[in-house]
Amino acid sequence: MTSIDIIPDEPKPLVRLARMLWADKFALAAVLFLLLVLVLALIGPTWLDEVAQKQNLRGRNAPPFEWERGWLWILGADALGRPLLARIIVATQNTMMVAGGAVFFSALIGTVLGLIAGYAGPRTGQAIMRLADVIMSFPSLLLAVVVLYILGPSILNLVIVLAITRIPVYLRTARAEVLEVRERMFVQAARVMGASPRRIVFRHILPVVLPTLMTIATLDFAFVMLAESSLSFLGIGIQPPEITWGLMISQGRQYLTTAWWLSFWPGLAIILTTLSLNLLSGWMRIALDPTQRWRLEMRGRRNG
Amino acid sequence: MAEPMLQVKDLSVEFHTAAGTVRAVRNVSFDLDRGETLAILGESGSGKSVSSSAIMDLIDMPPGRITTGQIIFEGRDLLKLSASERRKVNGHKIAMIFQDPLSHLNPVYTVGWQIVETMTTHGMARSKARAEALRLLGRVGLPDPEGSMGKYPHQFSGGQRQRLMIAMALALKPDLLIADEPTTALDVTVQAEVLALLEELQQETGMGVLIITHDLGVVAEIADRVVVMNAGEVVETGDTRQVYRNPAHPYTRKLIGAAPGKGAMHDPPPPAEPVLSVRSARKVYGDFAAVEDVSFDLMAGETLAIVGESGSGKSTVAKMLLRLEEPTGGQALWKGQDLFAMPERQLFALRRDLQMVFQDPTQSLNPRMTVWQLITEGWVIHPGIMPRAKWKARVAELLHQVGLKPEMAGRYPHQFSGGQRQRIAIARALAMEPELIICDEAVSALDVSVQAQVIELLDGLRKSLGIAFIFIAHDLPVVRDFADHVMVMQKGRVVEAGTVRQIFDNPRQPYTQALLAAGLDPDPEVQAERRAARLAMAAG
Repeated sequence: MTSIDIIPDEPKPLVRLARMLWADKFALAAVLFLLLVLVLALIGPTWLDEVAQKQNLRGRNAPPFEWERGWLWILGADALGRPLLARIIVATQNTMMVAGGAVFFSALIGTVLGLIAGYAGPRTGQAIMRLADVIMSFPSLLLAVVVLYILGPSILNLVIVLAITRIPVYLRTARAEVLEVRERMFVQAARVMGASPRRIVFRHILPVVLPTLMTIATLDFAFVMLAESSLSFLGIGIQPPEITWGLMISQGRQYLTTAWWLSFWPGLAIILTTLSLNLLSGWMRIALDPTQRWRLEMRGRRNG
Repeated sequence: MAEPMLQVKDLSVEFHTAAGTVRAVRNVSFDLDRGETLAILGESGSGKSVSSSAIMDLIDMPPGRITTGQIIFEGRDLLKLSASERRKVNGHKIAMIFQDPLSHLNPVYTVGWQIVETMTTHGMARSKARAEALRLLGRVGLPDPEGSMGKYPHQFSGGQRQRLMIAMALALKPDLLIADEPTTALDVTVQAEVLALLEELQQETGMGVLIITHDLGVVAEIADRVVVMNAGEVVETGDTRQVYRNPAHPYTRKLIGAAPGKGAMHDPPPPAEPVLSVRSARKVYGDFAAVEDVSFDLMAGETLAIVGESGSGKSTVAKMLLRLEEPTGGQALWKGQDLFAMPERQLFALRRDLQMVFQDPTQSLNPRMTVWQLITEGWVIHPGIMPRAKWKARVAELLHQVGLKPEMAGRYPHQFSGGQRQRIAIARALAMEPELIICDEAVSALDVSVQAQVIELLDGLRKSLGIAFIFIAHDLPVVRDFADHVMVMQKGRVVEAGTVRQIFDNPRQPYTQALLAAGLDPDPEVQAERRAARLAMAAG
């Protein structure tokens, strides 16, 4: 859409977003953390791969917070004496690729199918819903095991399998919301104007449905990471020496009683990432809704 | 003189919101005695409902806070009572009925059970309560009280549900009944019945009635005295007749002046070739005929009003013309082309000629689009109307035309008041340069003074642009100053059609006459005459 300049006192959208982010300190912290994760995912493997793979049997299960070994060992070491901090940083890339990829594709496909199922005629809608039922009627891990056994484990296959099993979540939610929103008066008004179904769905309905789906997606992030670790545990997910956070948790499981830090730190990384995403989606829900936006803008004014 | 039963003294209520403190009610005082009916009259945002909620202790605190004042009921200050003492007063001594009875009745219990429960919680024996409930249901005029006891709320009509609410409110023989917009959601004929029932019951029990309303007609019909509120303050108090005859405050004068149905009636233009002729339009849902055999002609620049109560099929007619509902049968010729039989692609080109303004602008404007986006959307969809370079000038012109400022184009709908939103909706319809605008209850959700402004705006547009209007309303006075022809519908059929003078001065069908008689006139004396006539009609 064309932007207009008849509005006198409205700040530029980017400035405005930045201001609203500043107003919500939790969301700000979440964004900073996610940026850090992103940077580590990009440079981690090239930077620390060697350290993270180097075994040091004298430092097996070294406890955390011992400064004499150097900062990489600050979180302790794993069963083969490899520094945990370095391993977590290196694992970021794989984890993000699998979890991010799976969540992104399942959300994208699920949402589009859900919008179609909700807005199109009953026959198309029924066909799509039955497809979702088929996916849901298989236990998702079982499906993943079968498919990965046939296709062979790789990051791409893992993403595909996890994405497919999570599609129904978005599909069903999107459809249910569309069925409600399509009856609203402004959708009728758009029809009177002659708007095409595509325009109605993407311009009028999707913005209303999106916040709910985003919240689900952030929660799903943690689920996908753990599902990936279960697959890796079964030996059909990511294969060592490749690592992910989920894999690190399951590798540390057998030492849980003697060396808790093996599972704890990667677990903390998952929790913090999911939490940040959730805080961010909560902030976005408010910041992108013109009727709610004042909450953030008011707060910003009072603080500064 | 003895103390009045209820005295509200110097009441102020504040609400703490993110936008700062809102003083919803400021230094409001009024009193009410047994056997008396007091109306609080005000438009939306005047604080009339907040004042009555304070009496019932229904204000959420926080964000609300009562800053000053006393509410003295039978000698005790309600604001100083403890919660348990308060419960003994609420329901028992003071009862309340609401605008929307369906949302205040529990859908999973039978109405008999709900009325009995009201009495047993206040300590009455079950068998006695049941007998009393039966008597009440009969008293409020529900058919077959015994059978009604076992029915659920959804099985009753809107007017019957309001009767149920009244029965529940009366179950404990309250001294004071607060009615918050009790008839706003009801049809005119039902409204008259419910008000008459309230009045009878008051005479029988001698309770005080506090009625909150935005409608001058309701005040004229039922109230002894009236308190006029505006922006949280009482602007005028007095005897209903006196306030109507000699309003002292400019706001009261404005409110009385804005009441519809007093201007000169239109004389329809001479007959010409109609742009739209509808022939035996029909819409059937299963076995139920929503619209049956509706025919009419509409000329360019003419206004046709379709009037009917809920369920009369008037909105279905509009939706069929725009093909929001698929018609079952009939024809609608728009300049010779049948709208009902047209394929979707051909219809697209015609869409811009026929526009619609919906009842509730809060819902018909997408809350996530700016005014600019809302108005220009039609030009994006139909690229032929307006070259992009001219958009800015045209949006400014349209906003000016509907009485808004061009600077407002960057704002979102929620930043406007209800009347302004409806103006945006009208500007959006005008942007398509239509030849016919269908207004589906376009002013029903607006305050009276705003209603008058919007009608004036529409009438001006019709004169200057020559647009034809189909104006759908449930209320006859609204269309009196505006329409050329009127069509009265009932149960999906046209009861009577004619020029506005024929319908208002010389209605022939009994239903039209009943509809006109049931409408409430803002003048208490006219209303008293009408009531006498109605009673005579009922007796004879």
